[in-house]
Amino acid sequence: MTSPEARSAHNLPERSVSELSADLKRTVEETYARVRVRGEISQPKLAGSGHCYLRLKDDTAVIDGIIWKGSYQKLTIRPEEGLEVIATGRLTTYPGRSSYQIVIDSLELAGEGALLKLLEERKRRLAAEGLFDPARKKRLPFLPRCIGVVTSPTGAVIRDILHRLRDRFPLPVLVWPVLVQGEGAAQQVANAIAGFNALSPGGPVPRPDLLIVARGGGSLEDLMAFNEEITVRAVAASRIPVISAVGHETDTTLCDFAADLRAPTPTGAAEMAVPVRLDLLAQVRDDGQRLQGATRRLLEDRAMRLEGLSRGLPPVDRMIEDYAQRLDDRWERLGTAARVTVDRRAAAVGQLGARLRSPAEQIAAKQGQLAQAAQGLGAVVRYTLKDRDARLAAVSGRLRPDAVARDVARHQRDVTALWFRLGAAAGRSLPEADTRLKAAAERLEANSYQGILDRGYVVVRDETGQVIDSRAPLKGGEAVTLQFRDGTATAMVTGSETPRRTPPRKAGDTRQETLF
Amino acid sequence: MTDTAALPADIAALSFEDALRELEQIVQQLERGQVRLDEAVTAYERGSHLKRHCERRLAEARTKVEKIMISADGTAAGTTPFDPV
Repeated sequence: MTSPEARSAHNLPERSVSELSADLKRTVEETYARVRVRGEISQPKLAGSGHCYLRLKDDTAVIDGIIWKGSYQKLTIRPEEGLEVIATGRLTTYPGRSSYQIVIDSLELAGEGALLKLLEERKRRLAAEGLFDPARKKRLPFLPRCIGVVTSPTGAVIRDILHRLRDRFPLPVLVWPVLVQGEGAAQQVANAIAGFNALSPGGPVPRPDLLIVARGGGSLEDLMAFNEEITVRAVAASRIPVISAVGHETDTTLCDFAADLRAPTPTGAAEMAVPVRLDLLAQVRDDGQRLQGATRRLLEDRAMRLEGLSRGLPPVDRMIEDYAQRLDDRWERLGTAARVTVDRRAAAVGQLGARLRSPAEQIAAKQGQLAQAAQGLGAVVRYTLKDRDARLAAVSGRLRPDAVARDVARHQRDVTALWFRLGAAAGRSLPEADTRLKAAAERLEANSYQGILDRGYVVVRDETGQVIDSRAPLKGGEAVTLQFRDGTATAMVTGSETPRRTPPRKAGDTRQETLF
Repeated sequence: MTDTAALPADIAALSFEDALRELEQIVQQLERGQVRLDEAVTAYERGSHLKRHCERRLAEARTKVEKIMISADGTAAGTTPFDPV
């Protein structure tokens, strides 16, 4: 109570700003110690201190928010601009600034669309980091010695996996029990994967050489533990190959992308993990039989070939005999051939030698031919000269220059006379010539021996027709022909008388003495 | 594991997959018949060892399911037999 003097007209007690602010703070924090508020994140900001500042808003109102560093690290989603979230936290005031704000402990996505959007964004971000690269994928062991399974220890999933493994190839299995949904599930799965990797090969707990991360089907929310970044990173970081078998075949989680192999179902994961033992056993036994069979055939084949070859091999002594015989034959033929060759060559040389003339011989022969030819030539020349001489002499003897000259002179005279007579004759008339011709004819006629006969004379001819004009050739008993003027008669010479003297004929005159 | 000593060390160290692959190669090689006799004998011996190694590996198969016991720091502390319900 204050003093009476201090009282004013007001009955309301007077308070300081701090007192009021403290009252307000107390009232707000007590009233809103735990609230869930839905809104859209705006202007999220991560301070260097690790605290996150943001605002939540809807159509008409906005409220400041803060996520302390400790809470921020536990968030399953990262605050980002425009993300529709439901924030859980408490309200508090900040007296120094006359403001109030919500201190957020956790964030969850509001609605499935927002969840898918978030997952898409996360997938893109992790893919950009290379967590899903095919090059990162590890090859699964053909036959693992031990398999580690990360899943819930209860339910159908682990039963299915163990059952199928036992069917195909029984082998040691280590189950790392985890929550597969709800608060802390992602962290447990990530821890399990890291825990298997942390086992040392020779340690008390055997280190699996293959991991199966499995969960049955469920809603998108149910599968969220396998979409959390911490889980995805653990899968990607595992040095032991990981098969992811989360949800049904149609469900896809980010774990599937990070795993080395994705199985459609838990059972499928078991089938991928191990081969079928009986198949392998059959294969090995088949290989064993083929190994024996092939080796046996190989040896048999070699043995047969050896036998065949040795059968084809003739006895050594026979081979030698054969070769010896062939050698003898060749030797003989060699000698014969040499001899024949030499003989043939010798014959050829002889033939050639026979056709060969020494130069001296050839010269002598040619000289002989030459001498012969010269001799013949001399005779011909001599004969020809002699012949030409004789013919020259004969021709020269007949050559009379004076006779030629005489003939020339006479012919000149004849020509001159004829020339003058031709000139005279040319002047006379033809009738005169005719008259003279008749006169000449008459004179010719008068002088013919027929005229003589007409006058009584007789022509005596011998048996050959020759005119006999003397008595001398006539012999007794010889027949003669007597030609009269009117015919002939034959007469016989009976005797001869001394011939009457007749004047001698002039020398050189062969004509019969004219009767005139 | 009664005849481990009979197998050469290099074969005993092979994984099942590698041993099976080598066995198949040897079988194919021998079946083609283009092997020298001494090589064939060596290959047969090695193939026999590989086959035994593979068989033994297959014979080992047995189910043993255990559950990891998790320590306070989240690591594996040991195992207990596990029988899913």
